[in-house]
Amino acid sequence: MEYFLELFLAGLTRGSIYAIIALGYTMVYGIIELINFAHGEIYMIGAFTALIVASVLSLLGLSGLSLFILAGVIAVIYSAAYGYTVEKIAYKPLRQAPRLSPLISAIGMSIFLQNYVLLAQTSDFLSFPSLIGEFGFMEPISHIMRSSELVIIVTTAVCTVLLTMYIKFTRMGKAMRATAQDKTMAMLLGVNVNRVVSVTFIIGSGLAAVGGVLISSHLGQINFYIGFIAGIKAFTAAVLGGIGSVPGAVLGGFVLGLTESFATGYVSSDYEDVFAFGLLVFILIFRPAGILGRKTSEKV
Amino acid sequence: MKRIIVGLMILSMVFCAGAVFAADEIKLGVPGAHSGDLASYGIPSARAAKLVVDDINAKGGINGNKVVILQEDDVCQPQVAANVGNKLVSEGVDIVMGHICSGATKAALGIYKEAKIVTMSPSATNVDLTKSGEYPNFFRTISADDAQAALQVDFAINKFNVKKVAILHDKGDYGKGIAEYAKGFFEAKGIEVALFEGITPGAVGYPAVVQKIKRSGADAVIYGGYHPEAAKIVGEMRKKKMDTKFISDDGVRDETFIKVAGKYAEGVYATGPIDTSKSAAAIAAIENHKKAYGEEPGAFYLNAYAATQCLLGAVKNAGSTDYDAIVKALTNEWYETPLGKISFDERGDAIGIGFAMYQVQNGVYVELK
Repeated sequence: MEYFLELFLAGLTRGSIYAIIALGYTMVYGIIELINFAHGEIYMIGAFTALIVASVLSLLGLSGLSLFILAGVIAVIYSAAYGYTVEKIAYKPLRQAPRLSPLISAIGMSIFLQNYVLLAQTSDFLSFPSLIGEFGFMEPISHIMRSSELVIIVTTAVCTVLLTMYIKFTRMGKAMRATAQDKTMAMLLGVNVNRVVSVTFIIGSGLAAVGGVLISSHLGQINFYIGFIAGIKAFTAAVLGGIGSVPGAVLGGFVLGLTESFATGYVSSDYEDVFAFGLLVFILIFRPAGILGRKTSEKV
Repeated sequence: MKRIIVGLMILSMVFCAGAVFAADEIKLGVPGAHSGDLASYGIPSARAAKLVVDDINAKGGINGNKVVILQEDDVCQPQVAANVGNKLVSEGVDIVMGHICSGATKAALGIYKEAKIVTMSPSATNVDLTKSGEYPNFFRTISADDAQAALQVDFAINKFNVKKVAILHDKGDYGKGIAEYAKGFFEAKGIEVALFEGITPGAVGYPAVVQKIKRSGADAVIYGGYHPEAAKIVGEMRKKKMDTKFISDDGVRDETFIKVAGKYAEGVYATGPIDTSKSAAAIAAIENHKKAYGEEPGAFYLNAYAATQCLLGAVKNAGSTDYDAIVKALTNEWYETPLGKISFDERGDAIGIGFAMYQVQNGVYVELK
């Protein structure tokens, strides 16, 4: 039973990691039906920014919580700026183009950002300081769950709730929902669609940076390639949960993380991906739009 | 027509007789890849042989006999290597320093074995060449592919007296290969391999695998793979309060591992090549090459240098080119080479070269004696 619990917690941590990145994928897809392949790279840039800021600030004598928050906030702002710029440069000019064009543009952006960081920083693995300290009250159960895991799970939960409330209860949220339903109609009714798209990218990229900082601090290492692998898994989670749906992305992340964890624990880690993607195929056969995805009729 | 053939036969007999009579020359065969894709593996060895032989001849040869080199190109292909082997045997070589590639070596070895010619390769790492026991005439101055795994297993058993081990790998050729050899060795020694699994490189942490290791109750973890994953696994284990021994390979014996894993790297064991490039003999051998060819030597240069020295040294110690005497001299005596002081075990693997165990102590890898 304890083993089951340990695997469950391990899966939950992995799931929250996937979920927090998947939120950005799903939001962008919900609004403009674009799979933003550069999202993983924004996550990676967030992690790099936090590393640089943290290194500089710790030289200035900062430490602990203030260092974590300051590095995190700067990383979020910086990544949000990246997300905003990427949208303006790579996707906005292609808004009226066939759907394949922005997709290819997204892949190009992803490769560009990866190589940019590779050249501007390094190809080596870098050590990432553990910005999240060990909490005293976690000590008795630290052999099954670490403080950073708790922080990741809680942050994912808080972000999901805040995001859902933002979309449900604010003016901008309403505009987002309207744009998602019908872009042209929303425009005719006076919604500034360009602004809605920009805000979506800013929020999605900010969340990616939050994920990047937390996860890198948890794992203790980064390099220019981390965004690609994390991005692929998060994308899978978003599709699994129903791309375009915020709760779906989180659910998809947890389902994926738990499947991987139990597959490793009870079968073999050799088959981790087999089980994860087998489950994806299985769910998509019965629910082509994902677990919480709404079936949409093709717009003619 | 008939007359020409008879004439040729007589001529060839004369040549054969010539070879037999010229016994005051020691013929060293140097077959290997000297052209083609893999020439960069073979040419440094041929140069090493030439430099060693020139050196010995300049000092008056071996017991008064000059050494001559018969160099043959096998382009690393087994079919060609077999032809080259036949040619060298028909030319009456006494000893062979080669071949370069494992496949080519294997193809030619049977021919040398029948002709009772001692053969020493500087670069063929295939395990079966020595371990199968099929080629008693074969020696080598490089570690076999399973050397790291063998060292890890011996170390775990002798030092920690492990009863149960967990073996992980990264599913790659390199890591999985080492892991599989380690598994075989542990099982042969009757030690339980509680866990044998591949992990996905680059994944966001390995908490489930770590829990599995904990549950398996293993005394030590053997990891075959590279440092990024090793750093994650070790970090995760230590943070979850597990002090299970962690033993890995030369993919982990890398400064980056210590940098990334930080304090969690402390106490980690990893095998790595014994560093001999700083020894006086190695520096002298490299200087020799620079003087003769005006560039840094290539792959397997020092191994070939050592192999030629051992072979000719054995001929000198044996006092003849007799097969049994040379084999005896190789297995009984020690030879000073750029790879250090080496001898050979009964199977033909070099003793004294290869891998050593390192441990992270205070942030640096320290070789354990």
